[in-house]
Order: sequence, then C-alpha cells, then structure tokens
Amino acid sequence: MTPAPLNKKFWTPGVWVMLCFMIAGAITVIARFTGGIGYVSNLTNARPWGLWVGVDVATGVALAAGGFTTAALAHIFGRHAYESVTRPALLTAALGYTFVVLGLLVDIGRSWAIWKPMVYWNTNSVLFEVAMCVMVYLNVLYIEFFPIVAEQFKGRVNLPGPLAGLNGLAEVILSVGDAILSKIMWIFIILGVVLSCMHQSSLGSLMLVAPTKLHPLWYTPMLPLMFLLSAIAVGYPMVVFETTLATSSFKLDGEVKILSCLIRNTVFLLGLYMVLKVGDMAVRGTWTYLLDGTYQTNAFLVELVCGVILPWLLLLSPKIRQSRAGIFFAAALIVGGVVLNRINVFITGFSSPISDGSYFPSVGEFLVTFGLVATLMFIYRLAVTFLPVLPGAKEVNS
Amino acid sequence: MELDRRQFFKVMGAAGAFSAMLPSPGRAAWESKAPPDAFGCLVDLTRCVGCRKCEEACAQVNDLPAPERPGCQCTVFEDDRRPDHKAYTVVNRYFTGKKDSFDKPVPTFAKVQCMHCQDPACVSACIVGALTKDETGAVRYDASKCIGCRYCMVACPFEIPAYEYHDPIMPRVMKCTFCYDRIAKDGGLPGCATICPTEAIAFGKRKTLLSVAKKRIKDNPAVYLDHVYGEKEVGGTSWMYISSVPFQQVNLPALPETPSPRLSETIQHSLFSYLWSPIALFGLLGAIMFKHREDKDEANEKGGNP
Repeated sequence: MTPAPLNKKFWTPGVWVMLCFMIAGAITVIARFTGGIGYVSNLTNARPWGLWVGVDVATGVALAAGGFTTAALAHIFGRHAYESVTRPALLTAALGYTFVVLGLLVDIGRSWAIWKPMVYWNTNSVLFEVAMCVMVYLNVLYIEFFPIVAEQFKGRVNLPGPLAGLNGLAEVILSVGDAILSKIMWIFIILGVVLSCMHQSSLGSLMLVAPTKLHPLWYTPMLPLMFLLSAIAVGYPMVVFETTLATSSFKLDGEVKILSCLIRNTVFLLGLYMVLKVGDMAVRGTWTYLLDGTYQTNAFLVELVCGVILPWLLLLSPKIRQSRAGIFFAAALIVGGVVLNRINVFITGFSSPISDGSYFPSVGEFLVTFGLVATLMFIYRLAVTFLPVLPGAKEVNS
Repeated sequence: MELDRRQFFKVMGAAGAFSAMLPSPGRAAWESKAPPDAFGCLVDLTRCVGCRKCEEACAQVNDLPAPERPGCQCTVFEDDRRPDHKAYTVVNRYFTGKKDSFDKPVPTFAKVQCMHCQDPACVSACIVGALTKDETGAVRYDASKCIGCRYCMVACPFEIPAYEYHDPIMPRVMKCTFCYDRIAKDGGLPGCATICPTEAIAFGKRKTLLSVAKKRIKDNPAVYLDHVYGEKEVGGTSWMYISSVPFQQVNLPALPETPSPRLSETIQHSLFSYLWSPIALFGLLGAIMFKHREDKDEANEKGGNP
C-alpha cells in the first residue's frame, strides 16, 4: 500500500468553513499589527502569556510529537510496518511547527526581530534553547519532507505560464536533492528525534524560573521530564486521532490494524507518564490540594483522570484496542489531556502574586488561534490531495 | 535511505569536534552572578508620607509622562496602582489595621519599583540577553536586542516589567532603570532618592544599607518588624524595605530565599554544557539504527531476497 495523492474534490463545505475562520483570523492579525497586541488581546502586565503561547505554541509543539515518535519507531527502531503512518505524521509535524512559528510571530511584540536570538545568545535562558531547537527542527522537518515532494514531481515538473522556463532548474534541484538526501537522510532522522527530546522537555523547564507563580500541582523540578514523557506518550495517539479523522473524512481504509498495533505502545508510554505524575504528587505531598475545589485543582483533576488514567485503563482492554471507535476515543482523550496539561501549565495554573491576574482569552485571541488551526488544516488537505502522503491504494467505496 | 558505518563515524566525529570548540561550559554547581559591591536603596516605610514626589522625579529623570494627578494625595490612592509602561514607580496607600491614639486608622505608604534582584529571574530568562545585571547593581534593559517575548514578565516574582501593549511594531519592556547612568557617576543618585523629603529612600552600597537597616531595627524594636525585606528574598535584592507592618499587607509578596534562576539554570547547564547529552543521544540512536539495519540485511541475505 504505497502513499499516493488523493484523487478527490478539494472544495467541500468543510473547506469553506475553514476558509471563513482563516479570513476572520487574518482580519484579527491585521488588527494586531495596526493597534498592537493590547488592541486584540486580554494580555496584561500581570498576565503576559495567554492563549497564543499556551495553545498555539506549547500545545502545537506537543501535538506535533507524532512526527518524531513515529520516525523513531519506524526508521530507528526498525519497525518498518509502521512506515505507512510516518508520512501523515511527518506532514502534521512540519505543518504544526510552521504554525508554531507563525503563532509566535503574532505573539511576540517585535515580530520583525524574531531572528535576533540567532545573534544574541543567552545560554542561561531556557527559551533560548527552545527557540534554537525549534528553528533547527523546523528545517529538519522540511528536509525530511523534501523526498515526498520529489517523488511526486521528479520527471514531470510542469510549472505554469512564464515560470515554465524554470522547469529544467526545478528538475535538477529535485533529482540532485533527492539523490543527496537519500544518502544522508538518516542524520536528519536521528537529529529530529534528538532536537525533539531537547525542546519538548525544555518547554517544561520554561516555568521553573517562576516558582511562586505556577500552582504547586504543576510546579515540580520534574516538569521537563513530564513534558518530554507526555509528548512521547501523545505522539501515537495523535497519529491515531488524525489518521482516523483524515481517513473517515476522505473515506479511505481506516488502517485499524496498524493503528491498534501502534497504540499498544501507548499503554506503556502513557503508563510511564501516569506513574511519574502520580508519584511526583505523592512525593511532594501536593495531593493535599486535590479536594480544595478551586478551578485550578479541578482543571488538574480533569487532566489527570480524563486525560491520563481513563484512557490508560481503556487501552488495557484488547477489545477496545481492536475497535476503530475504541482507539479513536482513547486517543482523543489522551490528546485532550495533553492539550489541557499545556493550557494548565501556561494559563490555568499561572497566577500573578500581586495584582488580580484573572484572564480569559479575548475574541481576538480566539480568532487568531482558530484561524491558524484552520489554515493548518487547509494546507494539510491541500498537501494530501496533491502529494503522496496518505496510503491511498485501498479506497473504500461507500 | 543508505547508511554506512564509515559515514556514521565521520558525522559523529564532526559532532564531537564541534562540541569541543564550544565556549565555556556551564558550571557544575550553580553560583550566584551577583556583582560584588552593588548599590542599593533602603526604603523605610515608617518614614514615607505618600507625597508622591518620587513619582514626579522619576518621570522627569526618565522622560516619562507626568504622573497621574501629581499633587493629589487622596483620590489617587483609592486604586491599588502598579508600575506600568508610563510609570516606573508608584506609591500606594494601605490600611493595615493600625490605629492611632484617637482610634483612627493609620495609613502605610509604600513605593514600588523594580527591586533589582541580585540574581534576577528576568535576566536569566531573557532569550536574547537584552536584560543584564550591571556592576552598579542595576538591571538594565536594551530595547535594541528585545524581541518582545515577555518571558521576563512571566519570570519576575515581583510582577514589575510592564509592556507597551498598544505599540504594534516597536513595543518596549518598561521598568525602573535604577537610573544607571546617574548612579554610575560619583555622587549620583537615582531620581526618586534625590527628592524624598522624609529620607524614606536611602541610597548607598547594598552592604552599608543592610547594616543601616539592621541598626534602625535594633534601635527601635518596638517600631520595626525584625525583617529586612530584600535581604534574602529570592537570593537578595538591591532595593530593600523595612516596615512596621507585615510586608505582605503592603503588596511585597512572601518569597523563597532561593534565587529564582537557580533550578532552571542548573538543569539547563547540567544537561546541555558541551551539548553532551544531545550528542550522546545521537550516538545511541545511531547505534540502534545500525543494529536494526544490519539485522534486516542479514535477514534479507538468508532469505535470498535482496
């Protein structure tokens, strides 16, 4: 079952809905770049990071973990059976990180200065390390994606109109690039995994510099390890989640067999995260907060029970692991749990010690975030329609 | 994807050489980077009368807009104000339950500004090093390096850095400069300290001020609480306070004595000095990849199916 471009109609009603969100997001972005961050957001001096950092950046990075976890499994640990899921996961990761950077461009005050960390280094800064890793990893992802583009267009480059003169050049770039990359791709595959481990964990270290601001249920020296383990644990569920969505939306074979094999790893990986999370709570004695009824504690409980323990228990059952709906439901819970965890660490669990830092994202913030997600989905659809990403041979007719 | 052993070791060798060339390793054990003989300010809350002259002087010296209702000493105190992008320092009034001999509540006034921590969280956090702690003790901000990530604001335990949220292109982080260009000169004082009519703000070497503070407390144990705020909070701050009312009641938060950057810097440097852990992980993964590739090749040869 080789990956192939989908032979489907592109403009469906769903795509039009995406387009509406994209336009609304674009208008908000224009407003942000004319009136400032304060014009469209509810961010304040007491609450400098909100939805954009918590969701667009932190959650985006976590959910793109499918890329490095499947690459590690299929290419490094030699489980070649999983190769069919590496391409969609790679596409999601490449798109995910691209949108992390786009989200950052909206969030940072001086978007035009985003290159400055390359020149001015502060090696004490956790954010500096995160930024460097994300920047290099984004390029690694593009390099890893290059052969997919080459496979589709090598030997049949046909640029429209006046660009036709560049056909020959594009051919050369595709074939030379492909030939070189096929020899050294292993470097980028390992590098991708290493860089991911570095910045996934460091995203957790970000809040360690503010011990008095993050709620003790989340503030632990183990935070980097928790971020790494949860990113690794969410990788395969994310692949299950998006593959199931994509295959049912495009009416393709759901690949239940391979996905249920893939999700078996999650029992162990999520279990590890669960043990660490519960163990950390026990060691630091923070369980005393659990029943105090504040919204922060409740958010923690939902995250732990619905996002970690419940899906872990579900996945213990072989019956659920073999059913398409079962693994989808469990995967969706895990993905939701990690999303909630990142939101909790960066938004819900954060409190300003002096002024009232209560915060709820503004409409403008939501519009930008929705707009970015819609654009991501739009490009995903564009890519799978015209590039060999999804395993397309076995189409289900309905 | 082709992969051969020689190529693998070539890359690993290059990575090792690269890591050896990298500048200074992180320290194994975390050390304070506080300047040895920093300046400081001592604020005596028992002396402050809430005249807000310091706000005015600060605005003047730093080219900021004049403070809101400058002459006012009543209605302006109705709100609990914070330093913001237009004011590096503000004075607030607190009623802490203290009463005078006629049973009337006695206000306590407290000036608030950047504390200029000895080991500032903002300096450690800043992605580009736009914030630095200089020899005078001032935490300085260089807008030309800033990218506007606002991590300094997340990191600050005193909630001090403010942001020009309504500037779309060139917003700056705004906070007290400790008038670094003034105090760097002989006899120079920060704007606020020059004007204070009650000498509630004393400027000098931090070490000297600390002994002054302790002497005042010792001489008037009935007046002062036995606590110099800023002596040990987050590892010490250049600005320090003494008071007759608990500090939390005047919005000076209770803080641990550990310098804020200690944990994150220790983790970062023990994991990433010389990039040893990423390189080790690269090597380990590379070895695993080889192992599986060889296994696969062997299997193919045995099956006679290349």
